[in-house]
Amino acid sequence: MSLLRNVRNWLDERLGWDDLIAPLRKKTVPLHRLSYWYFLGGITLFLFVVQVVTGILLLLYYRPGANEAFESVQYIMTQVQFGWLIRSIHSWSANLMIFTAFAHMFSVLFLKAYRKPRELTWVSGVILLFLVMGFGFSGYLLPWNTLAFFATKVGTEITGQVPIIGKPLMIFLRGGEEVTGATLSRFFGFHVAVLPGVTTVLILLHVLLVQRLGISVPPKLEAEWSANPSARREMKFFPNFALRELMAWYVALGVLGALAAIFPWDLGAKADPFVSAPAGIKPEWYFLFMFQTLKLIPPKVWFVDGEILGVLLFGLIGLLWVLLPFFESVQPSRPKKWITGLAVFALTYAVGMSLYGYIAK
Amino acid sequence: MTTNDLGKVNPSEQPAPLPRRRFVEVLLSGGFLATAAAFIYPVLRYLVPPKVTDLGADSVVAGKVGELKPNSGKIFHFGSRPGLLIHTSGGEYRAMSATCTHLSCTVQYRDDLREVWCACHNGKYNLDGRNVSGPPPRPLERFDVHVRGEEIFVMRRREA
Repeated sequence: MSLLRNVRNWLDERLGWDDLIAPLRKKTVPLHRLSYWYFLGGITLFLFVVQVVTGILLLLYYRPGANEAFESVQYIMTQVQFGWLIRSIHSWSANLMIFTAFAHMFSVLFLKAYRKPRELTWVSGVILLFLVMGFGFSGYLLPWNTLAFFATKVGTEITGQVPIIGKPLMIFLRGGEEVTGATLSRFFGFHVAVLPGVTTVLILLHVLLVQRLGISVPPKLEAEWSANPSARREMKFFPNFALRELMAWYVALGVLGALAAIFPWDLGAKADPFVSAPAGIKPEWYFLFMFQTLKLIPPKVWFVDGEILGVLLFGLIGLLWVLLPFFESVQPSRPKKWITGLAVFALTYAVGMSLYGYIAK
Repeated sequence: MTTNDLGKVNPSEQPAPLPRRRFVEVLLSGGFLATAAAFIYPVLRYLVPPKVTDLGADSVVAGKVGELKPNSGKIFHFGSRPGLLIHTSGGEYRAMSATCTHLSCTVQYRDDLREVWCACHNGKYNLDGRNVSGPPPRPLERFDVHVRGEEIFVMRRREA
């Protein structure tokens, strides 16, 4: 232990280590019956780290390009030792991460943690969710299979529906008029360079904000605790909460390993621009609610194309969603009821539409 | 002009910025903007992929007589895009673009419905390529079919 202490003293002399970690020592986590929800952000972060590690491992064998991508993933799945495991963990972890990110967002929404002064934490968090969905969309194409090919075709075509900027944006995303190897090159670049860079910076900002502002308490409890300070219950972040979080990560890792081992991820058939879209084709589950909504909007609403209307509507909702905290009342005792109503509606709608999309032919 | 104890001009009475300083400011910021533009413009142009000249075949051999049973269809290459060749149950050949007009998935012929169907969003077209149900907003582009000997030729319709 003396070696460790020496290293620590060495660091302390040069960097003021003790001062540096002092805030972490003082940091506490409020303790109440809903404290469990505080784990979700950390689990999402953990899954992101798993993505980075497995992603780097996949890069050792993956080759982008219309003639190589599918074969290289096939090679990873069949020839490389434990390649199937690494890829399956990457795919499963991606899906779990999107799930925990959504769950984290809704928990923040229902516990009203987005209120002043945490508006920017919410804004950065929702942008992170969009980035994570961008990861999902771009990564989905990389194995270059039929499902991915058509998902990308439809997804980028939807982008193309946006008035004025849509078409140039679609061509930018596709690297041309059609989904081709050029699209694959671009998506690969987005997936392994652009998105990870932006996301890492934003995660740092997000975590820094959480650190700076402390952890939010639901408004009702906050009122109770400020009326009666002796009722306040807290847990030290380090080591008490951190160790619990670590346990949660351990469980997440277990779930991940089990899912990857029991249900290895499918590869499907190689993409061919000259085959028909297969029956029963659907996007990934996290796009399903939008997909199903677009499917239900009639081709023409009044004089507007249904598709354009749907896309604009989702764009507008996305923007308002980012700005949601700014509609909330600044008084903790009087949170706006309609926001809670909206949260319930949004959750019900997303879950309901996803299920409908899953069942519908 | 009054001066304070240190002999400096009182801040409230400072004269308007010297034209010389203004000149340098304009020069510097202008130079900076020009540099930024010189950097951003090529990058923006770089992001736009070069136009691929579509060899846009006007006429292709889509298949051979006898290859398709009546009441079936197949996808053929029409330049860089897929086309759909249908052998109707009446024994007639028809050809149209296979790119759905909704969100450009590739359609297929359904022998059970005797219709053209898009799996992505359940769009349907009749054998004339007319959009009959689901989300497609426009009909599929029809092509002309000519059987010459054993080969089935498909060609783009000439604009009238």
